[in-house]
Amino acid sequence: MMLLVVAEHDRGSLSGATLEALTFGRSLAEKLGVPLGALTIGANADECAADLALYGASVVHQAHHDALNDYGPETWGATVVAAVATLDPVAVLSCGTDRGNEVLAQAAARLDVPMVANCLEVEPPVVRGGDWKVTRVRWGGSLLEHAVVSCETVFLTVTFHATVAEPLGAAVACTTSSFTPDLDASLTRTTVAERVTREAGVTLSTSPVVVGGGRGVGSPEGFAPLTELAGLLGGIVGCSRAVTNSGWRNHTDQVGQTGTRIAPDIYIACGISGAIQHWVGAMASKKILAINTDPEANMVTRADYAVIGDLHQVVPAISAEIRRRTGA
Amino acid sequence: MRVLVCVKRVPAPGARINVTPDGQAVDTAFLGFTMSPHEECAVEEAIRQVEQHGGEATVLTLGPTEADEQVRYAASLGVQKAMLLPTDGTDWDPQRTARAITEAIQQMETVDGPFDLILFGNESADSGGFQVGIRAAVALGRPMVNGIKFLTVTPADGMVEARRESDAGMEVYKLTMPVVIGVKEGINLPRYPTMKGRLASKKVRVDTFSPSAEIGRQKLVELYQAAEQASSTVILGKGPEAAGAVVDLLEELGLFNAGKVGA
Ligand SMILES: Cc1cc2nc3c(=O)[nH]c(=O)nc-3n(C[C@H](O)[C@H](O)[C@H](O)COP(=O)(O)OP(=O)(O)OC[C@H]3O[C@@H](n4cnc5c(N)ncnc54)[C@H](O)[C@@H]3O)c2cc1C
Ligand SMILES: Nc1ncnc2c1ncn2[C@@H]1O[C@H](COP(=O)(O)O)[C@@H](O)[C@H]1O
Repeated sequence: MMLLVVAEHDRGSLSGATLEALTFGRSLAEKLGVPLGALTIGANADECAADLALYGASVVHQAHHDALNDYGPETWGATVVAAVATLDPVAVLSCGTDRGNEVLAQAAARLDVPMVANCLEVEPPVVRGGDWKVTRVRWGGSLLEHAVVSCETVFLTVTFHATVAEPLGAAVACTTSSFTPDLDASLTRTTVAERVTREAGVTLSTSPVVVGGGRGVGSPEGFAPLTELAGLLGGIVGCSRAVTNSGWRNHTDQVGQTGTRIAPDIYIACGISGAIQHWVGAMASKKILAINTDPEANMVTRADYAVIGDLHQVVPAISAEIRRRTGA
Repeated sequence: MRVLVCVKRVPAPGARINVTPDGQAVDTAFLGFTMSPHEECAVEEAIRQVEQHGGEATVLTLGPTEADEQVRYAASLGVQKAMLLPTDGTDWDPQRTARAITEAIQQMETVDGPFDLILFGNESADSGGFQVGIRAAVALGRPMVNGIKFLTVTPADGMVEARRESDAGMEVYKLTMPVVIGVKEGINLPRYPTMKGRLASKKVRVDTFSPSAEIGRQKLVELYQAAEQASSTVILGKGPEAAGAVVDLLEELGLFNAGKVGA
């Protein structure tokens, strides 16, 4: 018996979210009194074993197959199914990312068993096959759900950014064992065929400063002062759905439940009311400064700091003050 | 081309999501209803593909009879056909939902022929299980990729190019129809209904199908609000006169240094 964490990696490079899932899995395995195993898919991920051991994996199962040289939801899902058939884990965990959720859903669908996405807490049953009590996030994080799920092997993903990845002081003794899953040739139909790489640089999710604009900005041109302020602070511009929906900015700039989760040192939210679906994308910001004409706006009452006023006057005034102090 | 798009009726909460006293659902007493933005984009994509390549788009929903509102909204935008799978109003678990939708698709395909393209949202707005579309695709034996933000269909050879964003850029998938795609918001900019569309949608026939779908093994116990840190907002000032206080704050937070920035 074991607990198996499916390691998310991209052609051999392990994702940070996987380390969170391992940390989560490690304490769950301790609670269950079972070993923590990890599964890496594709020979290009063999090197990950050392990192996995540092996070507590005492055995790494390495799936090797010609069809596993790059990511594919179906080949990966079927590989998890093959691993489960031989290892018989009590639980299969992965991270609650696009890939993690997709792979476990593919595997669970093939076995016709439940898959609980985005868990925050998990209480295993006393007896195998009994009820697992899970707490999971809904509505992008603004609502929580207690659910029970019963299964010989449960499939769970761990909410991204809800656990702090903690390596052990030293790697545990770790064995590796490779296997070749029996994969139907047709499954490569969904394997990544090509890639278009993006220029490296700060993105919305990693920028230390985000200046966000909402409906209150009024027009695409209205974003110029926000762009200027972001530039002065070494940050980038984000926006609300009201803005993307009006075609003022690209969806890649959208903060929120169906956009990007941001976690900057400061989020300057201008003319954004702070609807719950926007808030869940912004709430991980270390500090929030709201600029709004309405002192009752949700963004204002939830923010750390606020300026009550017209953003079209306040934002240029802030930039001017910065330039004055820097003599630029 | 035959296109199907699946949408879920969900409440449209504002600043806060309240739960009913029994913890079984979102309190919708003062709320309107909508669908996930991902699904709005899936509807738009279905309509665009049919406008571009000909054929017919159908919308499907599983939910209370009131979900008629969401399928008619899709019809007001240009979807030609509608299918409602009525429930008792409770939220079905993902396995059961997927089984029911799969059954309905098989039934619809037996009558009218196969769908070339089936679109889902990346995840539903309320339960966010990230799986109903994947389960349906697996049950139907069709390729499925979730999280798609670019879609190009070439009906002549049945090829579909689908792209999804990743940290490093864009992953490109090359698929052959029939395919199932999970759509992410941003793939397009959904249109608004026209008056003519609204009127026409009132006349669209909404077919119904009662699935036998067996209940799944994930059960909701209770919904509750995430604990929120009490915040007391510091008002830095009113209007442009507050700029000095804002810049003081930025300096204090170490985000800006009069000696360095711009130097
Ligand atoms: C399932 C679902 C998912 C969603 N996902 C997202 C998401 O990912 N991201 C997102 O943002 N939204 C999302 N939404 C939409 C969300 O509910 C809100 O509709 C949206 O966030 C509102 O955008 P807004 O704050 O810019 O506009 P509004 O709510 O219209 O607010 C405009 C604000 O600007 C202020 N204002 C106006 N003029 C000025 C001025 N001159 N100076 C200063 N302030 C001014 C007003 O006081 C007001 O507070 C989602 C909705 C649903 C149902
Ligand atoms: N009740 C439903 N009716 C129709 N489609 C649904 C329903 N529930 C989920 N879906 C579809 O499946 C997608 C994924 O849902 P979920 O697995 O709940 O995140 C949604 O975006 C919808 O396209």
